[in-house]
Amino acid sequence: MNTRLDAPMVDPEVIARVLQKGRSTGADFSEIYVEDKRTTSAGLDDGKVEQVTSGRDRGAGIRVIAGDTTGFAHTSDLSERGLLAAAEAAAAAAKQGDGGVHTVALQPVFRHPVNTIKQFPDTVAKSRKVELLQRANQAARGVSGAIVQVSAGYGDSIKRILIANSEGVFSADEQVRTMMRVSAIANGDVGMQTGYNSLGHTIGFELFDEHDVEELAIRAAEQAITKLKSRPAPSGAMQVVIKQGSGGVLFHEACGHGLEADLVGKGSSVYRGKMGELVASPLVTVIDDGTMAGEWGAIGVDDEGHASQKNTLIENGILTDYMWDYIRARNEGRKQSGNGRRQSYADLPMVRMTNTFVTNGSENPDDIIRATDNGVYVAKLGGGQVDTASGDFVFGMVEAYLIENGEITEPLREGNLIGNGPQVLKDIDLMGNDFAMGGPGTCGKDGQGVPVGDGCPTLRVKSMTIGGTAA
Amino acid sequence: MSNSVDDLQVIADRVVAQALHGEQIEAYVSRGGETAIRIYEGELEHFVSAQSEGVGIRVIKDGRTGFAYAGTLDPAAIAEVLADARDNVSFGTADEFAGLAIPDGVAQIPQKFWDEELASFPTDEKIALTKELEKLTLAIDSRVRVDEANYDDGWGEVAVATTTGIRESGRGNSCYVSVSTLADDEEETQTGFGFSVGDSPKEFKLQRAAKEAVERATRLLGATKPPSKRTTVVLDPYVTSQFISILSSTLNGENVAKGRSFFADRLGDQVADPRFTLMDDPTNPLAYTATDIDGEGLAARRNVLIENGVLKKFVHSSYSARRMNTVSTGNATRGGFNGSPGVGCLAMQLVPGYQSQEELIAGVDDGVLIQMVSGLHSGVNPISGDFSTGASGMLISNGTIGAPVREFTIASTLQRMLQDIVAIGGDVDWLPSRAHGMSLVIRDVTMSGT
Repeated sequence: MNTRLDAPMVDPEVIARVLQKGRSTGADFSEIYVEDKRTTSAGLDDGKVEQVTSGRDRGAGIRVIAGDTTGFAHTSDLSERGLLAAAEAAAAAAKQGDGGVHTVALQPVFRHPVNTIKQFPDTVAKSRKVELLQRANQAARGVSGAIVQVSAGYGDSIKRILIANSEGVFSADEQVRTMMRVSAIANGDVGMQTGYNSLGHTIGFELFDEHDVEELAIRAAEQAITKLKSRPAPSGAMQVVIKQGSGGVLFHEACGHGLEADLVGKGSSVYRGKMGELVASPLVTVIDDGTMAGEWGAIGVDDEGHASQKNTLIENGILTDYMWDYIRARNEGRKQSGNGRRQSYADLPMVRMTNTFVTNGSENPDDIIRATDNGVYVAKLGGGQVDTASGDFVFGMVEAYLIENGEITEPLREGNLIGNGPQVLKDIDLMGNDFAMGGPGTCGKDGQGVPVGDGCPTLRVKSMTIGGTAA
Repeated sequence: MSNSVDDLQVIADRVVAQALHGEQIEAYVSRGGETAIRIYEGELEHFVSAQSEGVGIRVIKDGRTGFAYAGTLDPAAIAEVLADARDNVSFGTADEFAGLAIPDGVAQIPQKFWDEELASFPTDEKIALTKELEKLTLAIDSRVRVDEANYDDGWGEVAVATTTGIRESGRGNSCYVSVSTLADDEEETQTGFGFSVGDSPKEFKLQRAAKEAVERATRLLGATKPPSKRTTVVLDPYVTSQFISILSSTLNGENVAKGRSFFADRLGDQVADPRFTLMDDPTNPLAYTATDIDGEGLAARRNVLIENGVLKKFVHSSYSARRMNTVSTGNATRGGFNGSPGVGCLAMQLVPGYQSQEELIAGVDDGVLIQMVSGLHSGVNPISGDFSTGASGMLISNGTIGAPVREFTIASTLQRMLQDIVAIGGDVDWLPSRAHGMSLVIRDVTMSGT
């Protein structure tokens, strides 16, 4: 079974009364978002399983919109009394003239499952979860005596949501995520170096039938060991080859955020007014796809109850669309795109990415490296940050190497790369044919974190600034 | 309102009273609320008003720790949390140092955390002052737009109780306003921000927040990418605050115990320039993160960590202290009911110098004033010490501010930067952060641009 259909989280009749209360001060829209999330996490550090944690977060957020004003209140009290009090608070904040009674006709619950869950994590004994940590610890330490510390974390979550609004939307989703991370420290002549690797999918515990925990841990340990021989990264502009997978972070920062309609609408994106224009190299096609089964940003419905979908943002270098949530789509008189997301019931939704990636080109990845005389090969990207108005963005290189005369040579120490989004997109001159998604990510915006995926094939940027210290 | 804190204490006490033989139990119970107001183009864009509450329970038995939490104070849910925490105990590895804090007799230093004026400040006036902030900002420079003007306040009440005799409760509230700006010049847009914090909205300095937001954005118009070279950087107080905050993890006793700090084995060594004296002092009421108790309920205290450049002390919770055969420094940290305590600095402060930023700049022949940094989370590794961040700011030549620059990075290592500090400003700014800020001059940093 794909989803387990339990009784509705809140009685539909209560929901109808809450939505009606939300519009009692004249608002033109009211919405209820109910969430019930259970998490299990376990951490190992310094050879010991430090703690297993169980968490439960349950509550509802009520959003009311009157004209351009949004009122929002949330509560952890899911009784009718608690929900009506929250609706009243939200309605008071978005007051507009007379209220009157607006009844709501809710449709049957809409579901749009995109992920297949074989083994729900709450049906798996905690001892099996803890055992994964110990296996990872042993595997990482087994790589070399130079590995002096290992920490590992396991986490799963089952989040059930229900969204209903005064326009008749009535949707539900069950979102399951399972993940694991390993960090290792190696000590040597250059001091301590770190390695990190993570694995996460919107599936259940079968994650560990499909992926090898030891391999995950060994990769983290090897990364730290490799960096014991690293030299300071260069300083200044060079050719940069980005490896498949985690390299997708580049697009998340270089154009993803700038294509969010809330930022575009306020004129705080370099991509405003560029629809239909060539904004990237013709090699670049960027897609945001919430339906990508199993990937970290995959969702059945978004946090406004709209079915997730696959949206082409840039096609062969031409800007084809932005990403939309309810408010921004309503303002522009168009359809929303399944990108209205929020961290929890305590947060307002806004435009967010899901799984953002660049599609394959035609180059063999080895040929891309061979074609590069002098540059940097970024094998694993860390996080990044962007100023969407200027377009300037950074991303971290967690594992990188020098490219000399078409060959990968010495490993480099960590640092940031900096570039300007529109310029970097135009400077992509080689696109590989080895597309892959990267590891699980958390995207932060306006204080809210949501799970996202990124991906890309191996590609080359003809010039980017490497923020190292070597001349 | 004190009645409501009492009811949290009752809940915490009730949980702890259920401890079985051989069990240590800690209950952390909290409740809080927030108001968030956003103004855009003179209108209320959103108004958020919300409350939340929850409980976190830690159970330790035979050296094994289990933890569980729930975002509700419903009695049935609390019983479930205790049962989950107990169940989780069996999966931990026995650790001879595991345990709760034990009262250590250190007296709390009373501070004022609750402002009655803020608690009763009318909503209409909160909205009005946020509109005023937007208006003041727009009036300064016609090239500037306001992306958003925000008012935020929050209040919290907490009670903690343990089987080891900790029993503490308290409440606090705080507020701030912020404004983000966009400055346009033909094809180019640059961004800025300004903010003001206060015990109550009456203390806001709206004009100063507006002016800073406008200056930050307009100063960068026409900025170019600088050439790569080694240079001297003058960090703006806001950037210094972020720089100091990074050091917290290297001074964290648990990281030291687990071999995760490059300062391990360096106690007594000269690790920074002799001008550098760093302390953690949550008892200073000027600090935004001032507190009277730490995350385990022990009294917060003043700790000198680096004195005249010499490494003196690490910060500890009761757990890391036991591991290192020392005593807690009152530095258990806690994010809320949904997490168990960690270790960290609570309110970091440098002993300031006496010069203004202008005077510091006058002493720099060739350098760059760093106004903003980005990618601290992706380009700084506090374990290896590698430091590389995106930056923007203004060139300095012969003691004078020159052209704006952007899209470059500054890089060095944390170890070297501490030794390369050449001046500390007297322009202390108590920012809404775990560390205060002042201008800081560091030489021999690599600037990477073209």
